[in-house]
Amino acid sequence: MESFLESSGPRQSLAVKLLAVNWGLLLLLCCIAGIGFAMLYSAANGHWQPWASKQMIRFVVAVMVMLAVAAVDLRFWLRWAYSIYGCTFLLLVAVELRGAVGMGAQRWIDLGVIQLQPSEMMKIALVLVLARYFSALTPEEIGRPTRLAAPALLVLLPAALVMKQPDLGTAMMLVLTGGAIFFLVGVRWWKFALVLAAGGAAVPVLWRFLKDYQKARIASFLNPENDPLGAGYHSLQSKIAIGSGGLFGKGFGMGTQSHLSFLPERQTDFIFTMLAEEFGLVGGLVLLGLYTLVFVYGFAIAFRSRSHFGRLLALGVTVNFFLYVFINIAMVMGLIPVVGVPLPLISYGGTSMLTVMYGFGLMMCVYVHRDARIGRGGDE
Amino acid sequence: MAQDNNRSKLLTRRALLLAGGQLALLGTLAGRLYYLQVLQADRYAMQADENRINIRLLAPPRGRITDRFGVALATNQPTYRATLVAEQAGDVTATLDAVATLIPLSDADRRRVMRDIHNKLSFVPVVIRDNLSWDEMARIEVNTLELPGVSIEQALTRYYPFGEATSHVVGYVAAVSEQDLNADDPLLELPDFRIGKSGIEKAYDLDLRGTAGTSQVEVNAFGRVVRELAREEGMPGQDIALGLDMALQDLAAKRCAAQGSASCVALDAWTGEVLVLASTPGFDPGAFSAGLTPAMWQKLISDPLNPLNNKAISGTYAPGSTFKPMVAMAALEANLITTETEFYCPGYFQLGNALFHCWKKGGHGNISLRRGIRESCDVYFYHCADLLGIDRIAQMGNRFGLGVNLGIDIPGEKSGLLPTRAWKMATTGVAWQRGETISCGIGQSFVSVTPLQLATYVARLVTGRVVLPRLDRHQGVMTPTSPVATAIDTDFAPLGVQQAHLSAVLDGMFAVVNEVHGTAYGARITDPGMTMGGKTGTAQVHRYSEAERAHGHLTGASVPWKNRDHALFIGFAPVSAPRYVCAVVVEHGGASGGEGGAVAAPIAHDVLLAAQQRDPARKVPEPPFAAPTALAQG
Repeated sequence: MESFLESSGPRQSLAVKLLAVNWGLLLLLCCIAGIGFAMLYSAANGHWQPWASKQMIRFVVAVMVMLAVAAVDLRFWLRWAYSIYGCTFLLLVAVELRGAVGMGAQRWIDLGVIQLQPSEMMKIALVLVLARYFSALTPEEIGRPTRLAAPALLVLLPAALVMKQPDLGTAMMLVLTGGAIFFLVGVRWWKFALVLAAGGAAVPVLWRFLKDYQKARIASFLNPENDPLGAGYHSLQSKIAIGSGGLFGKGFGMGTQSHLSFLPERQTDFIFTMLAEEFGLVGGLVLLGLYTLVFVYGFAIAFRSRSHFGRLLALGVTVNFFLYVFINIAMVMGLIPVVGVPLPLISYGGTSMLTVMYGFGLMMCVYVHRDARIGRGGDE
Repeated sequence: MAQDNNRSKLLTRRALLLAGGQLALLGTLAGRLYYLQVLQADRYAMQADENRINIRLLAPPRGRITDRFGVALATNQPTYRATLVAEQAGDVTATLDAVATLIPLSDADRRRVMRDIHNKLSFVPVVIRDNLSWDEMARIEVNTLELPGVSIEQALTRYYPFGEATSHVVGYVAAVSEQDLNADDPLLELPDFRIGKSGIEKAYDLDLRGTAGTSQVEVNAFGRVVRELAREEGMPGQDIALGLDMALQDLAAKRCAAQGSASCVALDAWTGEVLVLASTPGFDPGAFSAGLTPAMWQKLISDPLNPLNNKAISGTYAPGSTFKPMVAMAALEANLITTETEFYCPGYFQLGNALFHCWKKGGHGNISLRRGIRESCDVYFYHCADLLGIDRIAQMGNRFGLGVNLGIDIPGEKSGLLPTRAWKMATTGVAWQRGETISCGIGQSFVSVTPLQLATYVARLVTGRVVLPRLDRHQGVMTPTSPVATAIDTDFAPLGVQQAHLSAVLDGMFAVVNEVHGTAYGARITDPGMTMGGKTGTAQVHRYSEAERAHGHLTGASVPWKNRDHALFIGFAPVSAPRYVCAVVVEHGGASGGEGGAVAAPIAHDVLLAAQQRDPARKVPEPPFAAPTALAQG
C-alpha cells in the first residue's frame, strides 16, 4: 500500500487536493441543484416539506461524497475498476433474484439509511470499467473484433438484467453510454452500422420481451392523441404544461398543470415540465444552458487530462450525464417515449443524485490528477 | 509513444465528433422547446385552461306566480338536506350512527348512502336525507361539531301555498323529461332542474325560468373545485301576475269540492280577465316536483273523478238549457221571431211521427220569449231551432264563443262542438236530420261546450263584444293606485248584434233568477244593487229509453251516479250594469244529484255575490287579502 502511494507521483496532501478541485464546476452543479430545490419547493405548493429539505440534505452529502472521490488517487479507481464493476454487477443480480422471489419489480436494496439502486450505480461503474479496459488497448488491438467482445459483454449483461427489471430507461442509458465509449476509442463506423442493423432486426424479438405497460408507452408515444386518458395521458399533459408556459412562464408556484395534479410525477421525472411551465422558454433555455456548461467543463477536463484513462473517464461521465439530461427532457417534451429517467441534480431522488455526484467526483478526480501519467497497464 | 499519440488524436477527433452530436441534440431540445412554448403556445394554453376551468351553471330562482293582488300562488321555498363528504367523515358508519340519533334514518337510506360513497369520489357530497324539517335541520346544525363531514345544504323547491285549489290553473313543475331536452337551454341539463308541466307553470315556463348564471371554477385533475374564478349571476325568472282573485278562487274551489266533480269559471266581463278558474277535485301540485311514486300516480289516474283533468277548460258538456239564450239571439237576429213572438206549448213538439217533450208535462200554453227563458220552455226553443236550422245555430253559437277555441293562455283547452250539416256529413257520412236540430236547439245531442266557453258566452251577452278570456294580467299586480277598467274593453270587437235583442235576452235571464216562476229563483241575490241574472241548465248524460221514461225515474238519487244529469248554471251580476260573469258545471248533479237551479246556481250565487262585494276589478281589498301566515316569505 505504502509503495503504491509512493509510486503515485508527486504526493499531495488532502487539503491541497481539495483546494485543487474545479471550483467552477462545483459552483455550476450547486446552481443546478439550487434550481432543483426551488422546483421541489414549488412542487410541494410552496413548502420545504416533503421534498426540498430532504433533497438539500442529500445534496450536501453527495457533495461530500464527490469531494472524497475526487481526493482519492486516480490510479486507485483504475486498479479497482473491475472490482467496483463486479460488485455492482453482483448487487444487480441480487436485486434481480430477490425481485424474482419477492413481489413484482424491486429495483433497490434497502440499507436502512439509504436505498441503493444498483442499476443507477451501474451507469458509473460501466464508465469506469470501460475506461479501464480501453485505456489498456492500442488502436490496433481495438481494431480486432475479438478485443471488443469482452467490453460488449460488460455493457450488454447489466443492460439485459436492468431491462428485465424492467427499467427500459436505464437499460437504454447503459447501452448508449457503452456505445459512446466504443465510439470514442475509435471503433470503426461500419461496426456500429452492423450492430445497428442487427439491433433493428432484433426489435421484433425484443418487443416480445417488453412488458405490456412498456409496449403501451411506446405505442402511445407513436400516437399520443389516440388515447389521451390512457397511456398517452402523461405525455399529452406534459406537452400541454410546457406549451402553456409560453415565453416567460406562469410564474413561480403558479403552474396550473403541475399544481392541479394534471401533471404526473411533477417532483421526479416530470420536474422539467414544471420548470418550463412556471418559467417558460426563458427558464427552460437557462437550464439547458447550465447543463451545456457542465458538458463543456466535462470535455475541457477530459482534454486537459494527460492520461488516456482520465480522458475516457471524464468523457464517459460527461456522456452519461448528457444522456440523463437529453433522455429526460426529450421524454417530457414528447420527443421520445416516456421512460423513467430522472433529470439529474433536479429530480427528487437519492440514488440518482448520489450516482451523478459520484460521477462528477470521478471527473473532479481526473481534474485533480490531470497531470498524472498512467501507463497502459495502469502503471507509470 | 507514437501509438499513444495516435490514440490521443483519435480520441480527440472522436470526442469532438461526439461533442458536435451532443450539441445537435441539445439544439433539438431547444428547438422543441421553442416549438412548444412559442409556436404552439396558444393551443396548449387553451388546452391547459380547458383542463382546469369548469363552467358550472347556476340555476336562477324561478319566478313567482301571484294573483291579481300579489298573493303568492306558486313560490320558492327553501328546503334542507343533509349531505356527507366521505373524506371528511373518516368513519362513515360511525358518523351515520350519530346522524341516526338526531334524525330518522332508514336502512334503505343507509344503504343508498354507502353505495353512493362507494361510487363517487371521496370529496363529492352524498345526500344523507332530503327534505329535512326545520327541526331536523336545526338538530343537525347544532351538532355539526360532532358530525365530521356532515353539512346542511339549502335548495329551493317549488311551493304552492293553496295546493289543490289552484292546482289546475297554476299547474306544477317536475323533473325534465327526455323530450323536454330538445330545447337548447343548458339549464335543462341540471339534475335538480324543474320545468313547468301544466297550467301557468307550463304556459309561461320560459318567462318564469329565467336565464342561467355561470360560475367558472378551477378544478384539479380529480375534479375537485379549487376556487371560483368568476361568477356571472343569471337573470331570475319573471314573476307572473294572474288576473285571478285568490279569495274568489278559494271560495269557488271549496264550493265545487263539496259537490265532488265540478268546475267554476268567473270573468271580469269588461276585460276578459279570469277571476276564478276552479276544477275539482284537484291534486297536490307539490308532489310532482319531488317526484310521484308509481302508487300515487296510479291513484291519480284511476280516480273516477279525474283529478288531473282541468274540467274548466277541457271538460266538454252538453250545455242543456244554458244554450237557450243564444238560440234566442240567433232567432232574433235572423228576424224569425221578435221579442213579442209567442208559441204554443202543449208539453211536446211534434215533427212527423216524432214527439219532442217539454220538461213540463202539461206544457206552458201560449209562451213568449221572456217566459220561455224564465221557465226554460223546451217547446219554445224547439220552434226557434226548427226555424233556424242547425247551421245558423252553430254560426251564432260560435260568435258567442261556444264550440270554438278561445285561446286561453294555459294548455289543455278543448274546443267542444257545435254541429253543422257539413260536419255531420264529413264525420258520419249521413245527412243531417231535421229532428236533430230540435234536440240541439235545447243544447243536447251533439252539442258540447266547456265551462270556460259558457262564461265567455255570458260575458259576450252582457257586453255585446267579442270578449276573450285570459289568465295573465299584463298590467302586473293591482295596487290601490293602478288604473282600473271603467268601461268595457274596446279592444274587443263588437259582436254585431242588436242591443235590443241582447237586452231582451238578458231580461229573460233576470227573470230566471228573480221571479217566482224562474228556474233559479232559490239562488237569487237579495242584497240591494247586486242582483244576479242567469240561466240554469241540465245536460243529459244518459239517453233514456222509452221504458225508463215511462217509469219516470229520470232524475234524482234513484239514478246511478254515472248516469245522472250534469247541473249547469251561467250567471252575471249586477243586473243593472253587469260586470262579473260566472259559469258553473256540477257533474252528475253533485253530491245530492240535483238540477242546475238547485246545485249549480247556489255556487254561482256565492261567487258572484262575493265578487261584487270584493269588486276585485275595481278595488284592492282593504286590508289586503293575505296569504296564510306560514307562506308569507319569498
